[in-house]
Amino acid sequence: MEYHVSLPVPSDVLKKLRINDVLYITGSIFTARDSAHMKLRLMKPKDLAFDPSVMGLYHCGPLMKQENGRWIAVSAGPTTSSRMEEFEDILLDRFGIHLIIGKGGMGERTGKALKKTGSVYVAFPGGAGVLAAEKITNVSQVFWLEELGMPEAIWVLEVKEFGPLVVAMDSTGQSLYRRP
Amino acid sequence: MDQKNLETGLLQMILKAETEIPPDVIAALKRAYLIETGAAKLQLEAMLANVEMAKKKRCPMCQDTGILTFFVTIGTDFPATGLLKQAIEHAVARATLEIPLRPNTVDPMTSTNHGDNLGSYLPHILWDFEPGDAVQIMTLPKGSGSENMSALGMLSPSSGLEGVRKFVIDTVKKAGGRPCPPIVVGVGIGGSADLVMNLGKRALLRPVGTRHADSLIATLEDELLELINKTGIGPMGLGGKVTALDVHVEVAHRHPASLPVGVVIQCWADRRASMVVHKYGTWEVK
Repeated sequence: MEYHVSLPVPSDVLKKLRINDVLYITGSIFTARDSAHMKLRLMKPKDLAFDPSVMGLYHCGPLMKQENGRWIAVSAGPTTSSRMEEFEDILLDRFGIHLIIGKGGMGERTGKALKKTGSVYVAFPGGAGVLAAEKITNVSQVFWLEELGMPEAIWVLEVKEFGPLVVAMDSTGQSLYRRP
Repeated sequence: MDQKNLETGLLQMILKAETEIPPDVIAALKRAYLIETGAAKLQLEAMLANVEMAKKKRCPMCQDTGILTFFVTIGTDFPATGLLKQAIEHAVARATLEIPLRPNTVDPMTSTNHGDNLGSYLPHILWDFEPGDAVQIMTLPKGSGSENMSALGMLSPSSGLEGVRKFVIDTVKKAGGRPCPPIVVGVGIGGSADLVMNLGKRALLRPVGTRHADSLIATLEDELLELINKTGIGPMGLGGKVTALDVHVEVAHRHPASLPVGVVIQCWADRRASMVVHKYGTWEVK
C-alpha cells in the first residue's frame, strides 16, 4: 500500500502500516544522530523547545548552507540507523516518538520498543541526499549547532511529500532486515 | 607554477567527485534497476533520480561528503612537487566552503569539529612515483556508512582462499543494509595489516565491470560477486538480488605465517574523479 499523510501520522494509519508499505509525509521532522541521542537520553520532554511526539525522528546529519541569514538544506539523506540502537528504546518511550526515518535498519531492541509503543521505522533511500533536500521546504529551527557541529546538531525541518519511505520495521514486530 | 591555478583544478576535481558518479557505476545501477522489483526497485529509482538531480544542481549527491583521500602519482621530472600538499589542503578547505561540503573532521580527543575538512593527517594523501613529468591525482570521497563496515582479517595461512572467501562474505553479511548497497567491495589479500587495508581501498579505484589482469584473481572476483549477490541483502538491505555492483581484488605477497585480508566497502554512490597536472601547471579533470 502507498500512503500520503500529514504528521503526526494519524493513529489509524500508523496501526495499519506493514512492512513494504510506502509512505510520503508532510509536516515537521527533526534530525538526531549519535551526539544528539546521547544528550536526549538525559533529558525530559519539558526540557525541549520542540515536541518530538508530533514529528518524525530523522537519522540524518545534513549538509546545510546559510544564505542571507537563512539555513538551506543542500543534501540531506539518512545516516546509518544502527548507531542509535542503544538509545532508541529510551527515546521512543520517553518522548512519544511514533515515526523513525533512517536507513540500514535497527536491531531487536528497537524492534521490541516499536511494538510496545506502536511506532514504525521507515527507510529513506540512502545516499539520495539531493532528492531528500528537494522535499525540505523550510529549515525552521536548529539546536546545539555551536556545541555539536553541523552533522550532529538537531535540525527541525518542514517537509512536503517526503519519501519514498519504505516501512521496514512495523508495530507488529516484523522487519525487512531479518533474514536467515 | 601558479599554486592558485592548481587549487582551482583540484577544486573542480572534488566538485566532480561529489556531484557526479562515473558512467560505469550509473550503468551498473541501471542494470540493477531492471533486475529488481518492489521496495528494492524503488530504492534504485530514487538513487538514479538523485544522481541526475545532483549533477544538474551541482550539489553533493550524498550529505556525507566523506573524508577525502587523494592518490597522487608524481612523475619524477615534475618540477613543482613541493606545491602539491599545500595545494590539496587549500583546495579541500575551499571546497568545504564553496561547493559546499559537510565539515567532517572531528578531533578524536575533544569531539570538536575542525570545520574545514582538514585536521591531523587529513586529508589523507597517498604518494607514489613513476617516470615522467606529469602528476596523476585521484580522489575518493568516502562516507562513514560504508567505511565503518571495513574489516581486517589476519587469517591463518592454512585457511587458504576458502578462508578468504568466507571472511569477505561474512563481512558483507554483517554489514547488511548499513553501507548503502548495492555496494562495491574492495578486497586486499596479503602483505601486512596496514598494507592489506590500503590494497582494499585502492581496489575501489578500478571502474566497475573491470577485472584484474591476473586470471586467477579475476576468477576470485567473479566468485565473490556471485556469492555476495546470493545473500539476498539487496538494495539498502530491504531484500533483493543485487547486493554488490562489483568486487575488486588486489594482492601483495604475504609472510609465510600470515594471510591478511582487508575488506573495504564502498556505497552505491561510488564517487571518484581524477585529474592530470602537466609539467607547466596546466591541468585536466577527468
